[in-house]
Amino acid sequence: MSSKDKVVKPYGDSWGDGQVQLSFTLPIPAGPLALEAAKRLALQMGFEGIQVVNMKDLHGFSHFILYGSSRHSVNLDEISVVDAGDEAMTFDEVNSFIEKEIRRKVVVVGACTGTDAHTVGLDAIMNMKGYDGDYGLERYPMIETYNLGSQVPNDILLQKAMEVKADAVLVSQVVTQKNVHIQNLTELIEMAEAEGLRERLIMIVGGPRIDQPLAKELGFDAGFGPGTTARHVSTFVVKELARRI
Amino acid sequence: MGNQLLVLDNEKVQKARQLAQAIAQKVQEDIYRHTTVSVERTVARLFGIDGTNHEDIPLANVVVDQVNRAGFLDRGIAYWIANAVVVLDKSPQEIAQHCARDLHICELSAQDPNRIARVMNTYTDQALTTIAKERQKRETLKQSLGLGEEPLKYVIVASGNIFADVEQAKSAARQGADIIAVIRTTAQSLLDYVPYGTTTEGFGGTYATQANFRVMRQALDEVSEEVGRYIQLVNYCSGLCMPEIAAMGALERLDMMLNDAMYGILFRDINMERTFADQYFSRMINAYAGIIINTGEDNYLTTADALEEAHTVLASNFINEQMGLAAGLQSWQLGLGHAFELDPKMKNGFLYELATAQTIRQIFPDAPLKYMPPTKYMTGDIFMGHVQNAMFNLASVMTGQSIHLLGMLTEAIHTPHLSDRALSLESAQYVMDNARDLENEISFRPDGIIQKRSEAILDQVVDFLQDIEAKGLKRAISEGHFANIRRPQEGGKGGDGVIPKGIDYSNPFMDRMQQELGIQSAPGKGRSW
Repeated sequence: MSSKDKVVKPYGDSWGDGQVQLSFTLPIPAGPLALEAAKRLALQMGFEGIQVVNMKDLHGFSHFILYGSSRHSVNLDEISVVDAGDEAMTFDEVNSFIEKEIRRKVVVVGACTGTDAHTVGLDAIMNMKGYDGDYGLERYPMIETYNLGSQVPNDILLQKAMEVKADAVLVSQVVTQKNVHIQNLTELIEMAEAEGLRERLIMIVGGPRIDQPLAKELGFDAGFGPGTTARHVSTFVVKELARRI
Repeated sequence: MGNQLLVLDNEKVQKARQLAQAIAQKVQEDIYRHTTVSVERTVARLFGIDGTNHEDIPLANVVVDQVNRAGFLDRGIAYWIANAVVVLDKSPQEIAQHCARDLHICELSAQDPNRIARVMNTYTDQALTTIAKERQKRETLKQSLGLGEEPLKYVIVASGNIFADVEQAKSAARQGADIIAVIRTTAQSLLDYVPYGTTTEGFGGTYATQANFRVMRQALDEVSEEVGRYIQLVNYCSGLCMPEIAAMGALERLDMMLNDAMYGILFRDINMERTFADQYFSRMINAYAGIIINTGEDNYLTTADALEEAHTVLASNFINEQMGLAAGLQSWQLGLGHAFELDPKMKNGFLYELATAQTIRQIFPDAPLKYMPPTKYMTGDIFMGHVQNAMFNLASVMTGQSIHLLGMLTEAIHTPHLSDRALSLESAQYVMDNARDLENEISFRPDGIIQKRSEAILDQVVDFLQDIEAKGLKRAISEGHFANIRRPQEGGKGGDGVIPKGIDYSNPFMDRMQQELGIQSAPGKGRSW
């Protein structure tokens, strides 16, 4: 890459065209006023050459689909990223890594905590079947798992983690509103610290609104967002555990 | 009756139905023996007890908890309230208000049984008459305005604020929705009381309260007139307050209720006895109120595999049917659930989806089947998600489903935005209209993939039900036969709210509804009045 190529913007069909497709709803009926409002909004968002390709009236609301060219760009040299997933190992690689490096079963406890009743994410990582062709942690011969299910209070999760001498705790937060998950996750870390457990556990959080920076900020060891499978999580857990031992 | 695209072995269907009936009957024996705090609170509410004390605890809870603490709930709350009415010559509501201060109704002297019976009858008549009137009103509106065309388009609102929900619901109705479900706030299912009044804060949904029901029903009545079809309202008769929610829905003319016999046990870890007793009374109320229930089998496939476990969905449909019939529901009220949850990468997945959907359709020809959209394999790629939902829409119209919960392209991301709902309704309208009579134009090859898959599922169902019948439903659940989830036979939430009925137990609503619905009451049960 030349230094010029390090500066990127959205790509429609040619380098540097900045093409973005965008859709949103305005709380006013479709019409000339709504159309003009939508264009001005897009302008303020940093788009040029705005083309509203669809405006639909939603009975008191209006829905827009539009294209614009973004004025903005980013310089890749100015960005640093942390990849929690590292290079994910395969199912077999993880198991043999545990056999060689840790030489005992790794214990993982998972739960959807607080008010969250949605176990889809947790199940995708933990259940036998796994997700998208990737087996879940239950299937790993070298991993012992406890899936506590939904709406588990933070203290119960920590109690269970102690009881089974867990190496890692997985917390899933799927449905949340008004940032209740942040509060709940913070509480878990505080509780673990108060009980003197924080250092003994690898604490991981996952969910559609979770990423690595957020997880770190909240005091977790790693955060996994959409597209994560059991391989990513198990790789992180075993490498981190080997590092700590 | 819909199209017979598949050839079903009627003997096997009949066999499965008999097994399910035997399974349900065994559970029913336990149900007759128990009451629960929520069943008793329901009686209190139907007697007209509403509102809260100074700590925001519902008066229904205040009264029932008082009697329960005294150890006398095995007689049924109806007796204690009616006895107090005779002693104090006050209404049940006034008595409940006194209980919130210093009255202990169990300490009042026992009155003449005939006078108590008359009081019970008066208040029972009042409540049942109100419910019957609301039912009649619904029938009239359905007749005069008509309903949308099946599959009925069912959408969810979930803003947390009932007044914002109203705006979204009206907007959805104007865009073609036939049914509006107000999703409950996360964790309401585990509250052992029903919150009071209109609410504007919730997490991932809006509190189910009687006042919220009323606000939404009124708004939908207005928009029904405007769009010229009756828009149906749904809420959740599940969790620890199943029968109370049923009573509120009956009084406020909800049209459908999510109401599954096993869902609470499996997915909310609620005690088995509690769930079975609660579902029975709640379904009886729904039956009486003319409400259509929706069962929750779709959930099985979010935890278990949709290809390997398709037969557990059908087996649960059979069990839910029998437990529903035992509670007085009629076939037209049984919105048995299933879902479109196969991995989109699977070759011929659509054919397998058709096989399941059509098999269930033909086995339950009179049931308003509830078909649920893809959720498990929705990824956040909204463009792909929109296509997955289009395939689901096609499967639904091809197999004559009744209640069609629209998939949202933003499933797995957030509760639906207004435009998500509009896009979804537009897609469903397009696909369904475009393929409206396809089912009348096709047949499936007798030796083809779809027919063979249907046969395999039916075979598996018979085996599976045989196994459950042999070990009993409770043990089967404890061994993880449904949704790959194991629940202990003892334990689970709300178990301490289960009370064995005393020999002098009475529940005038249960007696009257059993009689009017023509269903069996507890075998050999001695009537105390």
